[in-house]
Amino acid sequence: MTSNHINLKTGLAEMLKKGVIMDVVTPEQARIAEDAGAIAVMALERVPSDIRKDGGVARMTNPELIMQIMEQVNIPVMAKCRIGHFAEAQILEAIGVDYIDESEVLTPADESFHINKQNFKIPFVCGATNLGEALRRIGEGAALIRTKGEPGTGNIVEAVRHLRQINQEIKRIVSLDEAELMTEAKNLGAPFELVCLVKKLGKLPVPSFAAGGISTPADAALVMQLGAESVFVGSGIFKSENPVAFARAIVKAVVQFNDPQALLEASKKLPAAMPGLEVRTLPQEQRMSERGW
Amino acid sequence: MRIGVLALQGAFHLHKSHIEAAGAEYVEVVNTSYFEKIDGLILPGGESATILKLIEIVGIEESLSDFLKTKPVWGICAGAILMAKKVQNPEQKCYGILDIEIERNSYGRQLESTEQMLDNYLVSYIRAPKIISTGNNVKVLAQRNGFPSWVEERNLMATTFHPEINHNMPSPWHKKFVKMCGQRKALLTALEQHVLIGAYDSTKTTGPTVRSSGCD
Repeated sequence: MTSNHINLKTGLAEMLKKGVIMDVVTPEQARIAEDAGAIAVMALERVPSDIRKDGGVARMTNPELIMQIMEQVNIPVMAKCRIGHFAEAQILEAIGVDYIDESEVLTPADESFHINKQNFKIPFVCGATNLGEALRRIGEGAALIRTKGEPGTGNIVEAVRHLRQINQEIKRIVSLDEAELMTEAKNLGAPFELVCLVKKLGKLPVPSFAAGGISTPADAALVMQLGAESVFVGSGIFKSENPVAFARAIVKAVVQFNDPQALLEASKKLPAAMPGLEVRTLPQEQRMSERGW
Repeated sequence: MRIGVLALQGAFHLHKSHIEAAGAEYVEVVNTSYFEKIDGLILPGGESATILKLIEIVGIEESLSDFLKTKPVWGICAGAILMAKKVQNPEQKCYGILDIEIERNSYGRQLESTEQMLDNYLVSYIRAPKIISTGNNVKVLAQRNGFPSWVEERNLMATTFHPEINHNMPSPWHKKFVKMCGQRKALLTALEQHVLIGAYDSTKTTGPTVRSSGCD
């Protein structure tokens, strides 16, 4: 990443740009997602809104289900492990998934540390709410960053907050004098070398996608216009009244995110989106975006 | 010289600096209006099945198909799949402009992604397809594990690896493609002038012949 050549881990993320990664819980859903134009699927046992509803401990998906989904589609398959749960990550690597999401959607396994992702050959994606968090994850070896948003709420407000926050902090670094970067790194809690790299590049050193609360074509277009390079859609598709229609509409909205007429076409004739939740009414312990250190 | 990159999905933006370093202008092709402005087109890496769907969704199928039949094209990974005569694993639609048969994700999943030094330049194979057979007129210029990974036919080029991932700019392939587009443009301009002065014999110079003389 700091060399003159993008490594294979980030290379795959480059191939996934301007696309939609869809959460699926069965091989049939994976098929529907691929047919609608998803660039990848996230193999899960439950979508975030159900994890939220069910409560209890949310763990890595059953390996057999992941393998069935991998057999069903030709596009890349991702799967989630718990924050800090490197043994779950080892199992996912042994299965041979294409990307591992060390995800706040599952119940954290470690309340102080994330996985040392440099130890794995499989690339990792991690969530971030601000630049310091994004650079800590990249320092640990994440090859792709996504916003956390507030998963399973159908409410885009947190993803927008995280995107704007990261954009503002990047602009600030670019405006700083070289001499100010070490203190900035200290204040952000970010590796100094990566802060210097952000100043040089004017953006994150790995691709940056949006996730958490995207549930309509307009939501997808909003985050793309705010600078996200692809979108993850969790509960938004298979918790809507017509998953096929929503999957297609969100794919269209991402490829034509800058074209209001196309966004109108994508938004027409859609039944009800997934039910939404007001984030401010969520009790502290149910806010997934606050998980991660 | 303007080089278009199909910008519906995938690794299109990485080509910008390579194209500019090779002395040409980078154009993101997102609708039909761009085709008449460009001298050659790169079909970038991404997910081929997704890109096929997006071509339909955006409504550029016909104009893309017309462009592919006449102008220089370079397909990379997913782009090479779109150019092929036949696609396997699974069978899917393709534009059939390049006489190759190709198998998707043939080397395996991401764990099997790998790098290779080609002419002193590091390139990456990412969930790469495999060219399993080539027609008689297709030149094989590089191989991986005994299978072609860089091929050319007339003014068409395909690589199953990604040179754009390397930040040493321009890559030898970008340089070559820009040159290919330049030669083709010069030829077309010359022919046009020929027609204007009335020395053009349409019985001798048909469409396909023009195309086959487009590159070395």
